[in-house]
Amino acid sequence: MGSLTNKDYDKLIKKASPNSTLFKDMLMSFITGGIICSIGQIILHFIKGMGFSTEYSSGATSIIMIFLGSFLTSLTIYDKIANYGKSGTLVPITGFANSVVSAAMEFKSEGYIMGVGAKMFTIAGPVLVFGTISSVICGIIYYFFYFI
Amino acid sequence: MNMNMNMNKKIGLQTIKLDSKPVIIETFSSVGKKEGEGPLKDYFHKVHQDEFLNKPTWEQAETELMRTTVLGAVSNAQIKFSDIDYIFAGDLINQCTSSSFAIKDFGIPFFGIFGACSTMAEGLSLASIMVDAGYAKKTICTTSSHFCGAEKQFRFPVEYGSVRTPTSQWTVTGSGAAILSKEGEGPKVTHITTGKIVDMGVSDANNMGAAMAPAACDTIYTHLKDTNRHPSYYDLIVTGDLADIGSKLVCDLLKRQGVDISKNHKDCGSMIFDTKEQKVDAGGSGCGCCGSVFCSYLYHLLKNKKIKNLLLVATGALMNPVSSCQGQSIPSIAHAVAIES
Repeated sequence: MGSLTNKDYDKLIKKASPNSTLFKDMLMSFITGGIICSIGQIILHFIKGMGFSTEYSSGATSIIMIFLGSFLTSLTIYDKIANYGKSGTLVPITGFANSVVSAAMEFKSEGYIMGVGAKMFTIAGPVLVFGTISSVICGIIYYFFYFI
Repeated sequence: MNMNMNMNKKIGLQTIKLDSKPVIIETFSSVGKKEGEGPLKDYFHKVHQDEFLNKPTWEQAETELMRTTVLGAVSNAQIKFSDIDYIFAGDLINQCTSSSFAIKDFGIPFFGIFGACSTMAEGLSLASIMVDAGYAKKTICTTSSHFCGAEKQFRFPVEYGSVRTPTSQWTVTGSGAAILSKEGEGPKVTHITTGKIVDMGVSDANNMGAAMAPAACDTIYTHLKDTNRHPSYYDLIVTGDLADIGSKLVCDLLKRQGVDISKNHKDCGSMIFDTKEQKVDAGGSGCGCCGSVFCSYLYHLLKNKKIKNLLLVATGALMNPVSSCQGQSIPSIAHAVAIES
């Protein structure tokens, strides 16, 4: 490659590679994420309006949102929304449902035990592990600050 | 004496001159729906509308894709399987199982090859050498890739709503097969330049074109030097799947070494899709990219004498998901095959 060093080449790559359209992506994420959360809010109000407690209603809302995320994934629609909505579809609970269901669908061909069972959490797994760890750490911090 | 003659076939550092000029008597290409809607749609022999090809899994779909491609080539050439002495095949799925399953019922002696996306040129090279050396009258080389199978193995489940980077490439659902013969009508393979592995420290698996461009540059430069040819000798210098970013880089890198290929360079990854309209980011990739484009459009140009000399340079990124996760760089390769009409 002549006298070109890896560092020089890295500079060339950076020059040739287009950047993500950051502003547009963030705007789309904001709108899509906002719409999904608004839908959740509407459902929450609807259930509450039927006379159920806040605690019960938020539990039921999560279940419905997870169902919707899973359902749209199984109809091969969710990834198309993500294509336009960018990270807006990733953050709410529907994104979590999508990550589990898409993996389950993909690895069904490898059987229910070693496929679906073992590989269903390939994407969601890290979220569960580090989510749990960080909640424990937050809990400990909260515990000590509570006494101050 | 005989030994001396054989030694003369190797010219320069990495190039073999094939004196008998093996003939590519027939090709066949099959692609998926998206590729069949792209700019080259009129040139593919078969466009499969169903991405599963009536099979239950992606892996079996790719197997079927390759199987029907090889069948198509053999039946179009009006020859029997028993006429073929060797088959060279490879793909991207773990341990090249798509190839093994696809050709298991054909009863042809088989060499499995892995060159990642450079497999088409590697197959053409080996199949031509076999014919030129007199070990075979007819050989066939084939390769395939499937978007969904590749996504599953290298990225995320197909239905996962992940966001693609603008440098990423779209794995082509496609397969190509070419039959080489000692005698017959058709484009002839004249030179082979086998690439060596080049690694410029690129570790971004979402920018394969950039990782492979130095390998393509090295092989093209060496080929031109070995054959003492000027880039303008070729009507087209076609790289495998560098796509838009890698193409820019390979022209840039060669220019730095005093070689200008920008006028006659094209890339299969940029040709197979309308990169903007079809939303494939930088362009196409995968074994089937170079495989299907060569076996359709490029073969058509050669056979109908629309171009006289073609240098096909298929590029491959020789990594796997484990090496990527472990932060290793991407060793890359490019093999060149010179073909005259």
